[in-house]
Amino acid sequence: MKNTIAERVLDFLKGFPPFDVLSYEQLFKISSQVKVIYLEKDHFIFKQGDALHDSFYIVKDGAIGIYRDIALVDECDEGDIFGLRALIRNDNYLLDAKAIEESIVYSISSKLLEEIIINNTEANQFLIASFATNTRNPYSDEDKGTLFANETILKPNASSFTEVQSASFSKNPITCDTHTSIKDASLIMSRNKVGSIVITESKQPIGIITDKDLRNKIATGHHDISEDVEAIMSTPVITFPPSITVAEAQIAMLRHSISHLCITKDGTVNSELIGILSEHDIIVIHGNNPSVLIKEIKRASSAEQLQHIREKAQVLLKNYIEQHIPISFISNIISAINETITKRIINLSISEIGAEPPTTFAWLAIGSQGRKEQLLFTDQDNALVYEDVSNDEEVKSYFLELAKAINNKLHIVGFELCPANMMASNPKWCLSVSQWKIQFENWITKPDEDKIMLCNIFFDYDMVYGNQELVNNMSDSIFKAIDSYEIFLNFMGRNALKNPPPLSFFRNFLVEDSGEHKDQFDIKARAIMPLVDAARLLILSENIKDVNSTIARYQRLAELEPQNKDLYDSCINAFRILLRFRTQQGLKHHDSGRFVDVDSLSKANRLKLKGCFKPVKDIQELIKVRFKLSQML
Amino acid sequence: MSWFKRQTYPEFYTNYLESFKGKSNTLETIRFVVFDTETTGLNPKSDRILSIGTVAVTNFQIDVADSLELYVKQEQFNAKTVEIHGLLKEGLITKTEETQAIQQFLAHIENAVLVAHHIAFDVAMINEALKRMNLPKLKNKVVDTGTLYKKTKYLKDETHYSLDELCATFNITMHDRHTASGDAYLTAVLFLKLTALLRQKKSRLSLRDLTGWF
Repeated sequence: MKNTIAERVLDFLKGFPPFDVLSYEQLFKISSQVKVIYLEKDHFIFKQGDALHDSFYIVKDGAIGIYRDIALVDECDEGDIFGLRALIRNDNYLLDAKAIEESIVYSISSKLLEEIIINNTEANQFLIASFATNTRNPYSDEDKGTLFANETILKPNASSFTEVQSASFSKNPITCDTHTSIKDASLIMSRNKVGSIVITESKQPIGIITDKDLRNKIATGHHDISEDVEAIMSTPVITFPPSITVAEAQIAMLRHSISHLCITKDGTVNSELIGILSEHDIIVIHGNNPSVLIKEIKRASSAEQLQHIREKAQVLLKNYIEQHIPISFISNIISAINETITKRIINLSISEIGAEPPTTFAWLAIGSQGRKEQLLFTDQDNALVYEDVSNDEEVKSYFLELAKAINNKLHIVGFELCPANMMASNPKWCLSVSQWKIQFENWITKPDEDKIMLCNIFFDYDMVYGNQELVNNMSDSIFKAIDSYEIFLNFMGRNALKNPPPLSFFRNFLVEDSGEHKDQFDIKARAIMPLVDAARLLILSENIKDVNSTIARYQRLAELEPQNKDLYDSCINAFRILLRFRTQQGLKHHDSGRFVDVDSLSKANRLKLKGCFKPVKDIQELIKVRFKLSQML
Repeated sequence: MSWFKRQTYPEFYTNYLESFKGKSNTLETIRFVVFDTETTGLNPKSDRILSIGTVAVTNFQIDVADSLELYVKQEQFNAKTVEIHGLLKEGLITKTEETQAIQQFLAHIENAVLVAHHIAFDVAMINEALKRMNLPKLKNKVVDTGTLYKKTKYLKDETHYSLDELCATFNITMHDRHTASGDAYLTAVLFLKLTALLRQKKSRLSLRDLTGWF
């Protein structure tokens, strides 16, 4: 029976998650049982404390504001779901839902929710994600889980890393039919500059001829070039589906002693040929393997060579991101590559100067490089520390010259010079151990906004090259100074709260606490840095040295404060998602990935990001309480 | 008319009559059935119903599950109106005999308050069909959204406001216009908006405020 109204509802729902993953029959069933509600502006659909309705809601037209007491918590626009949380909790409403403008909402019964949506794994994942976004206590066990599926399900398989990558094969295989002469087939091969040709019949691969066949069967005189290819082709061919991994390909080639695999649509010989994977392709993939890259770096003799290798690493990064390799694994690899490049550059620079360093020193990566969280090419931030000496001026001029050479070479490799000049070639950041101590003491005991900012950058140092002893000395001096001047941490705390996360997304805008709307989202300042700053502050307050990366810091904090483990875990998850998201953005737009155009965000991505705001807000709340900042703000 | 001849009605009609025994008093509990008919023309006597579309409104919520969409088999056929409603004599949609359609319609509406845009015409079309079946007229109370609009404006003139005009005025996105179900849905949304306006004007709105005149 025709149902025009239900079809119209279906047309709308199918555009939005989780309905987009349901089958037509499932969605039609939901659509034909929807109730349509009209709300005038400022009218409530439910209020705090109201008894549970037996349905949840989707905005069809207009906008619904979600409020806790009178504070706006979220704004829902076309396609957004609300009223779901109470339903899952099976308890009274904890929030108000009020029409911000004249609205039409669809109501869907809880019965259908259980029957259809919960039973669809994909739809259920989405609901859990949207559920976690608004929960008052999002850290209880049942609420976590699938939201961060991408980050937790994929376990790094470090030992055979490239092996699990899917192999990239040539997508335009060269083919001919069975009645082509060997001569013609060879002409086709040489015209296309390939080492193999696949013989097909109605697009399905039935045989293959490679350079080796021409050498062994033709050049030896066993066959004549006028014969059909059929006479010399190897048949049947070995076929695989497009999802073949490098490891599978290698094993197949070894087992069958062959150098080419045919890739077909469904992986059998009875389906269409779509590509060919050669031994050479495998070698190329391995050429982009991190351990090969690191070997190449160690052998490189100029910055230009290093630049070329770093570009290969960028390709590697892109592949990893596309393949959903865990982000902490990716950042470890990219950091290892960056670090090796820097070490190599330092060695090259020292030999270029032609004189060994007059005393021991250490090269420090600071800021995001120090935290090993720099995936994209961004500015270089670094500093240098050297042993206290009597002839400081002389020694300093040597290290400044060295630093200048290093900074320039890093620039050639692709790390832009820091516009704020936070580089070791700046005399302010090329100091002896004692000078650093004085510097740190000054920052800590006489903090102002600029000094706090410097602390945030310099306290995240990581030794890349040199004498560890010097660096340990520096760390000691920082903790000593903080110990003697505890109020410093409060200043740092106040700074960590400077950028609260936005509330949510609404239409093409970012919703601010103030109700303001913005069309661009500074993912670095508004979400990533608050998590980074909070982790640094908390780890400093625990007197812990040598834990630099944000993730490692939260992990350590979770060990130290089991009562807050859930919060710290949620910060780790949020940080991973944000870092991956920023890296994807950066790779896509060839920039730092920092500014996100809200308009271009899909509903699913909005939800994912929105899910990250909650931990940011909560960790800031924890800091506010712990460092008694409410009166300072 | 013979006053004494006891009329015996078919079962579906007695069931329909039965349904009027129960009563709902508040606007929140009354079941409204918003409907529209597509017809071969504008003369209730000579033209025929092509399709009927309904959707119920209960507690000011449009209940998509409580709806009916019927297409009626034709003896008469007016080629001129095809371009408006797009219903061909022999289409792909499953069609019902008129008597069957009316039976289903009565079983669906029961004692609901009927709502339509310019309802007099739609009711007349149904009543003519009932007459052909030797049955009395509809007994339901009716609400006309055209009149309801005038109530919100305190207009007492005779102007006809078309569904198109009112959808534009009330910012209702028009879909499936000129299908009975599509128009019934648009009329239902219009009904919700109009009653919301009237409730602003008068806090304790009763059915009489919707059906009656000034």
